[in-house]
Amino acid sequence: MSGLKIIKSGLLSTIQDGGRLGYQQYGVPVSGVMDFYAYRLANYLVGNAEEDAVIEVTMMGFAAEFLQDTVIAVTGGDLTPTLNGRPIGMWETVFVVPGDKLAFQRVKTGCRCYVAIAGGIAVPKVMGSRSTYLRGGFGGHEGRALRNGDELKIGKRKNKIEMLRDRSLADQAMEYPSAIILRVVPGPQEEAFTNEGIRDFYSGVYKVTMDSDRMGFRLEGKKITHRNKSEIISDGVAMGAIQVPGQGQPILMMADTQTSGGYPKIGNVVTSDLPKLAQAKPGDTLRFQKITVEEAEEAFGRMEKKLNQMKKTLSNGKNMLNPMEEKPDWNGDVKEEKPVNHKKEPPKLKEDLSSREKPTPEKNKVPLKPGQRKFIVRINEKEYTVLLENREKE
Amino acid sequence: MVGKIDYKSAGDHALVAEFGNEISKAINDQVRGLSYLLENEPVKGIVETVPTYRSLMIHYNPLIIDQMSLIAELKKREEKLENLELPPPMVTEIPTLYGGEYGPDLEDVANHAGMTEGEVIKIHSSGEYLIYMLGFTPGFPYLGGMDSRIAAPRLKNPRRRIDKGSVGIADKQTGIYSLDSPGGWKLIGWTPVSLFEPGAEKPFLLKAGDYIKFRPINQDEYEKIRQAIEAGRNKWKTYPKKTEKGSM
Repeated sequence: MSGLKIIKSGLLSTIQDGGRLGYQQYGVPVSGVMDFYAYRLANYLVGNAEEDAVIEVTMMGFAAEFLQDTVIAVTGGDLTPTLNGRPIGMWETVFVVPGDKLAFQRVKTGCRCYVAIAGGIAVPKVMGSRSTYLRGGFGGHEGRALRNGDELKIGKRKNKIEMLRDRSLADQAMEYPSAIILRVVPGPQEEAFTNEGIRDFYSGVYKVTMDSDRMGFRLEGKKITHRNKSEIISDGVAMGAIQVPGQGQPILMMADTQTSGGYPKIGNVVTSDLPKLAQAKPGDTLRFQKITVEEAEEAFGRMEKKLNQMKKTLSNGKNMLNPMEEKPDWNGDVKEEKPVNHKKEPPKLKEDLSSREKPTPEKNKVPLKPGQRKFIVRINEKEYTVLLENREKE
Repeated sequence: MVGKIDYKSAGDHALVAEFGNEISKAINDQVRGLSYLLENEPVKGIVETVPTYRSLMIHYNPLIIDQMSLIAELKKREEKLENLELPPPMVTEIPTLYGGEYGPDLEDVANHAGMTEGEVIKIHSSGEYLIYMLGFTPGFPYLGGMDSRIAAPRLKNPRRRIDKGSVGIADKQTGIYSLDSPGGWKLIGWTPVSLFEPGAEKPFLLKAGDYIKFRPINQDEYEKIRQAIEAGRNKWKTYPKKTEKGSM
């Protein structure tokens, strides 16, 4: 016996990798992991190649049993992972033996986490990638989300198991606040919006609605007004694009975005903020801050440099338990915005209070308040009730 | 003539090269031209390009090339677009069984046009349709050039499931469903030819910038083609488009 067996598929669990490139001209979405930062750290930890396939677990309910000795790492949103009922650390390697059961209890931070296994999940590549594209019904495990009873094979491990002991990147873990500031490069159709519309977009607070999935997040907040028409001749769409249809509420296009679309795009969330955005869940609030392409490139370059540094240190046999000299400064990049002509107050949303402040790491370490939030999520036309720990100051 | 190209930022890893703001063959030819040029004279750092009606989206790796340098590289190539010799586009024949259970809305389209079903079929299968772009679902062609006499509004109640291979009309557009999906197009026929086979060596039948032509077939021929496809033999025809001179 080898590999692992899915005991409970949970809300939505799929196999993903770095994405399917080269087929967008034929209308095939890139897919792949939503949070590339957490994904890459997970693979680094277990000694995988950067593009090896992992399981993307959404919010809750997933459980699996290992059928062989191996090493795993769980990164991304904190969905309270346990092994045989006992909590395990995230962003570090965990040894498992046959019969060990990995499960997730509840959502603490973020929305999705990554389970990387040394050797990677072995499913056949479709058009160069192991990523599941749910709407197209291909890739991943039989082109669909994981189900109870599925058995997955694991690829050949690249390192001796001993090499992977005590590896930790916990000091590089990304914070996933529920009030998120996202940097945006304007265009390609910013001119389709009125000056007021653009101002409202950058000063408003937008709430992620239930109508959100791997394809895109529908937001709710201040209406963004179009200059004339609210439709364009369909053109290309990239991950992070912010489309605004006629009713004026933005849609953030995510990993499974269609390759083209007919709504004007006010801007694109910058690549280095996509991991944080990927972890947004219904009820979380977003604010947008305009930056230049050059600034976005610089931020991405810094993140990439950091990632490469981690990869190098780990592959040199260092276990990373000694923290790196520099701490990540994901929030440090974001300067607090000074709203211009910001006369009107943004609409009063429930999470408004906390979102008006810049999220800081300290703030996220405030002990959790008792009580949970309950809401319904729709995935593939099925409804699920999700209990969420309440992290907001009501 | 190649007009001015507008370069528009689509974030920090994609750029749009826009040739105009209308749906026209002349503009789409320029999109195809740039796409062809970049295939033959690649710019380091470009990951892939996506041709659409009137622009080319260029996905690139910002760690290899920054946006400003990418635009500079593209501008260097603009001049070459003027005298670019493009290979002739290909025409792919789509054998289509019109009407009956395969095209439940053919009668409706005919009534709307005030003509017989036969006349609708004749008009629909007479033209060569330009594939402006692929999208919506993998392999779905956005086609141009349908005769407006057979235009018909979308269904008031979209169907929950339309089988792949269904040929439909929506307003002045015609198209072929590449995946089973819900949809509101009026269905006039069905083709056994598959536009998209995810596991195949060549997963896609069509390419943006090429053409398709519908060829009416009867039930017998339909069965033969279907069996041939099931046995793994391609039964459709592809040929270079005749009237095109091959340059823009």
